[in-house]
Amino acid sequence: MRIVPSVCLAAVAAGLLVLPWSAAAQSFLAPPPAGRSSQPDTTALQQQIDQLKKEFGERIAALEAKLAEAQVAAPTPAPPPEPAAPAQPSAASGAKFFNPDTAVIGTFLGTGGRNAINPSPALEMPESEVSFQAIVDPYMRADFYLAFGEAGVELEEGFATLTALPGNLQAKAGKMRAAFGKVNTLHNHVLPWADRPLVINNLVGGEEGISDAGVSVARLIPIGNVFFEATGQVFRGDAAEGELYKSSKPGDLSYVGHLRGYVDLTESTNLDLGASYSQGHNAAGIVADVDIGRFTTELFGVNATFRWRPLTRAIYRQFVARTEYIRSHRDQFDGVQKADGFYVSGDYQFARRWWLGGRLDQSGRADDASLLDRGQSFLLTFMPTEFSKVRGQYRRTAYADGPTAHEFLMQFQFAIGAHGAHPF
Amino acid sequence: MLKRLLIRQTLSFLFLMLLAPAIASAQLKVVATTEDLGSLASEIGGDRVSVTSLAKGYQDPHFVDPKPSFILAVSRADLLIVVGRELEVGWLSPLLTSSRNSKVQPGSKGYLDASLTVRILEIPTGQITRAMGDVHPLGNPHYWLEPGNGRRMAQAIRDKLGELSPNDKTLFAQRYADFDQRLAAAEKRWDAAMAPYKGTKIVTYHRSWPNFMERFGLEVMGYVEPKPGIPPSPAHTIDLIGEMKRQGAKLIVVEPYFDLRTPQAIANQASGKVLVLAPSVGGSKEAGDYIKLFDYDIGLLSGTLKQLTGK
Repeated sequence: MRIVPSVCLAAVAAGLLVLPWSAAAQSFLAPPPAGRSSQPDTTALQQQIDQLKKEFGERIAALEAKLAEAQVAAPTPAPPPEPAAPAQPSAASGAKFFNPDTAVIGTFLGTGGRNAINPSPALEMPESEVSFQAIVDPYMRADFYLAFGEAGVELEEGFATLTALPGNLQAKAGKMRAAFGKVNTLHNHVLPWADRPLVINNLVGGEEGISDAGVSVARLIPIGNVFFEATGQVFRGDAAEGELYKSSKPGDLSYVGHLRGYVDLTESTNLDLGASYSQGHNAAGIVADVDIGRFTTELFGVNATFRWRPLTRAIYRQFVARTEYIRSHRDQFDGVQKADGFYVSGDYQFARRWWLGGRLDQSGRADDASLLDRGQSFLLTFMPTEFSKVRGQYRRTAYADGPTAHEFLMQFQFAIGAHGAHPF
Repeated sequence: MLKRLLIRQTLSFLFLMLLAPAIASAQLKVVATTEDLGSLASEIGGDRVSVTSLAKGYQDPHFVDPKPSFILAVSRADLLIVVGRELEVGWLSPLLTSSRNSKVQPGSKGYLDASLTVRILEIPTGQITRAMGDVHPLGNPHYWLEPGNGRRMAQAIRDKLGELSPNDKTLFAQRYADFDQRLAAAEKRWDAAMAPYKGTKIVTYHRSWPNFMERFGLEVMGYVEPKPGIPPSPAHTIDLIGEMKRQGAKLIVVEPYFDLRTPQAIANQASGKVLVLAPSVGGSKEAGDYIKLFDYDIGLLSGTLKQLTGK
């Protein structure tokens, strides 16, 4: 009587195997038949399939014959038979076509060590940048960057770029980072350091920098193989929350002018040079909310970037040297303070995911040129992919008016969403 | 008398100066993002076009710097030909925006995405995330490495050039027909050279070769990269060596811009060989144009497979 259970098992197994198949076949190929017997169904199905095969084969043969004729007849043959134009990107469902490219870049920062002058919290999430970018119409594109701090949201940049102007011109309107020098134009996540250089903090308004509502016009001036771009910008006149520029009247506009020259030295080396000027009203003359001094600040800057990236080894080796010199003429009650400063930095990529860097800093203070701060930094950056990076920075800062600070910064960055352009 | 001569000379010189741009502009200025597209544009356009290619054939086309010198080239272009499928996603957009050239913006007459009429492989289905590495949501963009697609790209370029320069339409059609014939003849050569190795299993570094290997009948059984764009990891390398031994794969094809150390170590373990092939025109000195690219690659590939398989 052992046979019975094994027969039962076999029957159940067969049922399990056949059931899903026949169910699927039924739902696919034909309306469910009235009868319950499955044997005739399979034969019918087989016949249908054979019929289809035959018809299909005939049609293909006919098509091939036609094509052969056409190829003989026409001097330029029609596109080859097999798979013509592939189906277009199925990824976007209709409603999403015009959504802007969206990305979020998170920056997490840990700081250890001692700094009596300018202390930082041990752990913070100083910025999460959300970007929306899209083409508006045939004449312009729009770029929005919202910076989410731990406490609030700020419009870091939001502007339209007119891309179809004649005469090699390009105009922008909105809130934007001004084209003063190099570092001022860069967002935090593309900086080669976890912080901004001293000269930027002391003279150009630090992290926020010159970032204001205004209009910008830039002209491309090609001279042979040298790229020149001249930019003129007018802003409302507020920068770095009034620390750099402060507009007390609607007429207190600030101005930025920039000239950039770029040349390829060889296919793997290039030189990027810039000269900048900026002017605006400062807050030094404001007494009891009234600007009685009417003082202004003038900024002058030059910057140079040298890059080496051998093309065949581009993903493994790279060297970038950057320097920027800035001079500030700040008018105030005790006369014009003429402070200046610079940074020199080098970054070397020594493996696919690893970078080594160093930076020298020196800068006077905008409101007291006699105070000179100096700093040195060493950096090691690990980039698992182009969408994340971990960076350690040792920073020594010798302040003019306090104890020397030794700090260790640990920065962790991660990006999701649309693939942005590589920084250059 | 002398004075008059001088004036006449000056005037004629000025006249020539005025004419010079007109003569120059009779040529269509074509900018191609890669040398493959540039080579095809030269095949079809001949002396009616001047072609500038941005990325070099020996550099990784995913990681190209958007240099201002490229902005200059795009700003002067009458036609911009791109590979598309997000190959240039990291560097083309800033070039387009800064070029101030409305003729070549996407959607304009002077913008040609060469991928729209070709056969694309590896189009992902279902959910994709970057946990899969650097996946291309619109399919594998290395589609130019297949003569059938080369022909389709050349057709698209022929049609576009004819649209931009209607007077030369017949010329472009003739040049295409000539290219088509040479390509067809070459294909016979390549097929014959590769015929003995049909079904041979190989490994490639990146997923640059699906169209090429499918066309010439080789089976890619693994990649040196654990996921697209992710550098080799020890665990994956060990797995790959085991898998190559099990399946008898002996050849590792590497693009010229990748480090050879890991592929070499894998090949040593699997008693195989590393072969650097040109993934693009210009990827090696001998791969000077679209047809020579295949001549070079097929020559090396069939030679090495002969050594390895003894066929």
